Amino acid sequence: MKQRIRIAAGQGFWGDLPDAPVRQVEGGPIDYLMLDYLAEVTMSIMQKQKARDPKAGYARDFVSLMKEILPACVARDIKVIANAGGVNVPGCAAAVAEVARALGLGGKVKIGIVTGDDILDRVDDFLARGIELRNMDTGEPLSSVRDRIQSANAYLGAAPIVEALNKGAQVVITGRATDTGLTLGPMIHEFSWAADDWDKLAAGTIAGHIIECGAQCSGGNCQHEWQSIPDLANVGFPIAEASADATFVITKHEGTGGRVSVPSVKEQLVYEMGDPHEYITPDCVADFTTIQLAPDGADRVKVFGIKGRPATDSLKVSISDSAGYKAVGTLVYSWPDAYAKAKAADQILRARLDRLGLRFDQILTEYVGANATHGPLAGEPSPDLAEVQLRVGVRVNDRAAIERFTKEIAPLILTGPPGVTGFAGGRPKVEEVVAYWPALIPKSEITAAVEIIEV
Amino acid sequence: MKIQLRRLAHARSGDKGDTANVGLIALRDEVYPLLVREVTSARVKEHFQGICKGEVERFELPNLGALNFLLHESLGGGGTLSLMTDAQGKTFSTALLRMEIEINDAEAKELGL
Repeated sequence: MKQRIRIAAGQGFWGDLPDAPVRQVEGGPIDYLMLDYLAEVTMSIMQKQKARDPKAGYARDFVSLMKEILPACVARDIKVIANAGGVNVPGCAAAVAEVARALGLGGKVKIGIVTGDDILDRVDDFLARGIELRNMDTGEPLSSVRDRIQSANAYLGAAPIVEALNKGAQVVITGRATDTGLTLGPMIHEFSWAADDWDKLAAGTIAGHIIECGAQCSGGNCQHEWQSIPDLANVGFPIAEASADATFVITKHEGTGGRVSVPSVKEQLVYEMGDPHEYITPDCVADFTTIQLAPDGADRVKVFGIKGRPATDSLKVSISDSAGYKAVGTLVYSWPDAYAKAKAADQILRARLDRLGLRFDQILTEYVGANATHGPLAGEPSPDLAEVQLRVGVRVNDRAAIERFTKEIAPLILTGPPGVTGFAGGRPKVEEVVAYWPALIPKSEITAAVEIIEV
Repeated sequence: MKIQLRRLAHARSGDKGDTANVGLIALRDEVYPLLVREVTSARVKEHFQGICKGEVERFELPNLGALNFLLHESLGGGGTLSLMTDAQGKTFSTALLRMEIEINDAEAKELGL
C-alpha cells in the first residue's frame, strides 16, 4: 500500500485550458489525473447529440486528450478518472479503446466504465410510484414539467470509481459523478479506507472540492494580493498530495506559475458554499468548520483536522428541462453623456417592443461600464464615462417573440441617440433556455454498474 | 471611523440556483471578531438593497477566519434562466467588499488600522 499519492486536477470545467491536463502529466510526478467535464446543463446538450447520432453524447475532447497523454499515462502508471462519459459512457469508452489500439497499447490498458446514473427512461416509473422528484429550490413536483425534460441523472459517488480501480482500470470513465468523488475514489482505493470512516471520507471529499475548479485554488481568480501572483500565463493546476491518515497537501508542479497559499485555498473553500456544517455528497457529510490549514513550504498548504458524518440516504438528481428562449442585444454609446444616451436608447427600444405587442417573462437592461456587476452599489455613473454598453436581455417561451426582438437592436443605430457603435456581430442569437432542476431520490433506487473493458 | 471591508477582508462568491454565496475572509486573524460583530445578516441585506430580494443567511467559520453569506433570490432566476451579465454571482464578492463598517479609534489603533 502506498502511503502517499498525488492526484492532479486537469480541468476546472468543460472548456478549461486545453493543455492543462497534458502539463499535469508532463510537468512532474503524479499518480492520478482527475478531469471534470460535466456542468449542470451539459447533459441536455449530450442527450441531443445522442438523439442525432447514437454513437455521440459524451465529451469528445476527452478522446483527443487521451490520444495525446495515454502512452505517457501507461508508461508511468498514471490512472485517469473522468466524468467524460456524459450520457453515453460505453460510447466514450469504445472511442478511447480505439485510440489505445491505434497507439499500439492493445493488451496494456483496462478501461473501467461506470453507469447507472442515467435515469431519463425511468422518470415515468418513479412518478407513478410516488417519487415526485420535487425541485429542491422551488418545491414544485417534476410532473409540472414532465413533457419538457431533456435529461435526468443521479449523482454517483466514489464507490463505483473505487470498484473500477480495484479491478485494475487504468482509465475510469463515468457519466454523472460528483466532482469530489473523482478525487476521493483513488484515496479509498489506495488506502483501503472503510466505508464508514466518515472523517477520512470527509477529508478526501474536501480535497476534491479544493481541486475541482482547477487553478481557482492555485492563483487563478484569486483576490488576495492578486497583483503579485507570478506568471499566470504558465499557471500550475492543483495537485492534492494525500496521505493514508487523511491529511493532505495542496500544491502544484515546480516551475509553474500561480500561487498555492493559505489565502488562495481559503478562497476556493468558500466557493459555492452552502451551510458549511453540512457539505452533502453521496459518500459522506463533510464539516467545513473543522478544516485546519497551515503553510507547508513554497506553494504547499497542509490540510488536516477534518471531521465528517454519515452519508444521507438520498442521492442528488440533476434534471434539465426546456424552459423557452432568450436573446441578449448590445450596443455601445460613447462620450459625452454615454450613460444618458444608453438610457434613452433603452426607453426607445422598450416603447417599440410595446407597440409590437411583444410580451416577455423577463426583460432586463444593464449598462456595462456603469453598473452591470454591482448595480445600485456602484452609485450614479459619471457624465464623463468614456463609453457605456447598453445590454438588453429578454426571455419567454415564444421563439417568434424572441426573434422579433433581435431585429429591433441594429435599427437603433440610425433611429436613436447619437455616438453609437458596436454592432459588427450581426443580430443577437436566439438561444434555447435549458433549465436545471435539482431533486433528491432515495439511494435504494439507484444501482451503479461497473464494467471493465480490456483493450 | 469608517473603514471599507476591502481593507479588512478578501472574498469569493458563487451561485446555487437563484442564491448567491459570498465567502468573506479576514485578511488577518485578529480582524475576524470585528467581522463577526459588524458584518451581520441584517447589514448585508441592507447593503444589497435592490439586488438581494430574499433573505440573507450567515454562517461562521472561525477555523478559516471566514463568514459565509447566502443571498437568496439575487440572480434573476439563476443559472440559464437569468439574463444578468453576472448570472453566476461571481462579482458579489467585490460588491460586499464595498461595505463600510464603523470602528472606534481605540480598536482601530489596536488592530493597526
